[in-house]
Amino acid sequence: MISKKEVEHIAKLARLELTENEIEKMQKDLSAILDYFDLLKSAPLPSKILQKQNLGGQAQNLRKDEAERCQLSDEIIGSAPDKKDDYIKVKAIL
Amino acid sequence: MDLTDLTIKQAHQGFKKKEFSARELALAYLKKIKQTDKDLNAYLSVAEESALSDAELADKKIASGNFSELTGIPCAIKDAILVEGQKCTAASKILKNYTAVYDATVTKKLKKEGSVILGKTNTDEFTMGASTENSAFGVVKNPHDKTRVAGGSSGGSAAAVAAKEACFSLGSDTGGSIRLPASFCGIVGLNPTYGSVSRYGLIAHASSLDQIGPMTKNVEDCKIVFNVIKGKDKKDATSVESEIQNSKFEIRNSRIGVPKEYFAEGLDKEVEKIIKNAIKKAEQAGAEIEEISLPNTKYCIACYYIIVPSEASSNLARFDGIKYGYSDQSQKTLMQVYYKSRGEGFGLEPKRRIMLGTHSLSFGYYDAYYKKAQEVRKLVKQDFTKAFEKIDLIFCPVAPFPAFKIGEKADNPLSMYLVDIYTCGVKLAGLPGLSLPAGNVGGLPVGLQIIGNHFEENKILAIAQELENVL
Repeated sequence: MISKKEVEHIAKLARLELTENEIEKMQKDLSAILDYFDLLKSAPLPSKILQKQNLGGQAQNLRKDEAERCQLSDEIIGSAPDKKDDYIKVKAIL
Repeated sequence: MDLTDLTIKQAHQGFKKKEFSARELALAYLKKIKQTDKDLNAYLSVAEESALSDAELADKKIASGNFSELTGIPCAIKDAILVEGQKCTAASKILKNYTAVYDATVTKKLKKEGSVILGKTNTDEFTMGASTENSAFGVVKNPHDKTRVAGGSSGGSAAAVAAKEACFSLGSDTGGSIRLPASFCGIVGLNPTYGSVSRYGLIAHASSLDQIGPMTKNVEDCKIVFNVIKGKDKKDATSVESEIQNSKFEIRNSRIGVPKEYFAEGLDKEVEKIIKNAIKKAEQAGAEIEEISLPNTKYCIACYYIIVPSEASSNLARFDGIKYGYSDQSQKTLMQVYYKSRGEGFGLEPKRRIMLGTHSLSFGYYDAYYKKAQEVRKLVKQDFTKAFEKIDLIFCPVAPFPAFKIGEKADNPLSMYLVDIYTCGVKLAGLPGLSLPAGNVGGLPVGLQIIGNHFEENKILAIAQELENVL
């Protein structure tokens, strides 16, 4: 079983506040799921050729890295919960 | 005549013959939604006013004589796909008050044809689930039995079409989210090849798998909608223009593979009978049936549930209480805003996936989980590549059972994950797959899954249409 401390550590990495109840449920759920993942240990290793193959292969579709004017900047900034002029406002960082 | 009974094709014929107007058709669907959706919960929002103005525009197009098959056809859009000016919540509290500021590419394409957008449909939160029980706004009930789930995550889109609350709908499929609810609700659902349809404007779940696809009353309609939404979009670098296949595909000239691993332990006997019957019908129509093996099937769920949460944990990092969506502004520091907004905004399943993904990608665990899963994904893909060297299509079940009871699996995430057993391998390999209604068990629909090779949707659709007539 994954420990409470481990759950709290992962939640911290993920910037997620969990309640005591949620931590308890996560311990139980994640443990069962991670145990199930052990199945992969018995999976064969892919051949050398397969290992080198790219799964996606979409890189050739990338467009040129050219800036384009976006017409939506006002609306997008307008969606922010707190802003000042054209800037999104955030709380104190330190 | 009840106008909501009509398929896209039939409604289009009706417009041509001036039997009814787009406004009348839209009103018929809006009335149906009012009558039945309180109970089903397929819609999260209904846009009556804009639907009627869409219909008015469509009527003008129709009057001009220059209109297409989707002009004036009322549809529903999964609430993970943006429609400008309408709320887009992804069925999450964190986006409860978010209004889309632009159209998804698929939305834009439907609007260009003059389709009437009735509203946004319910889904599992951030499309994460197989039953819509993970929606922050209540479960979707199955129109065939209201004590059962409609399937997920595109459960609202499936139920809306099945209950005639929309002529067609759009869903999205990451691990089975179009095919599964289509199977449970007895409609046609197509998960296109990865790259066939632009995802620009789809709220991302797992970007190496997400696809948007049509959910329709029959195969002919599915073809119509797919042909409109597919194609390369410069706003989605993974989208490609597929070659148009002009060949004629017929059951009598096709070789159909039946993967033995998909008929193993866990498959409901009645579902098996229905799928075997569909295979027999194809054989009687002249298809060559061959048993095939996809030996790495047993690893699919584990592989999928490492890769998907890993990508999801990264995609969901954008919901931080700063840029848009729910934000707890009462906090003093930036860090506290992150923790609180995410903690209060996300439901349990997104949280679980963020945790699983963060863990799989974290120092010390990356090799054992994420890297291993990527290797296994290649094996799964290779299984299908080998199979398609000697066959045209694969026939198998969509799910091991028909729609299950609401609440039956809600407290056990692993048992919910296992529902994807026959649908997620297709996604790991980037393949197209369709759910075709093939029969029912005690009134509950069962779908046959037809899987094709990359970009061979035309072959799937042609064979499905032929089979539809004999099932």
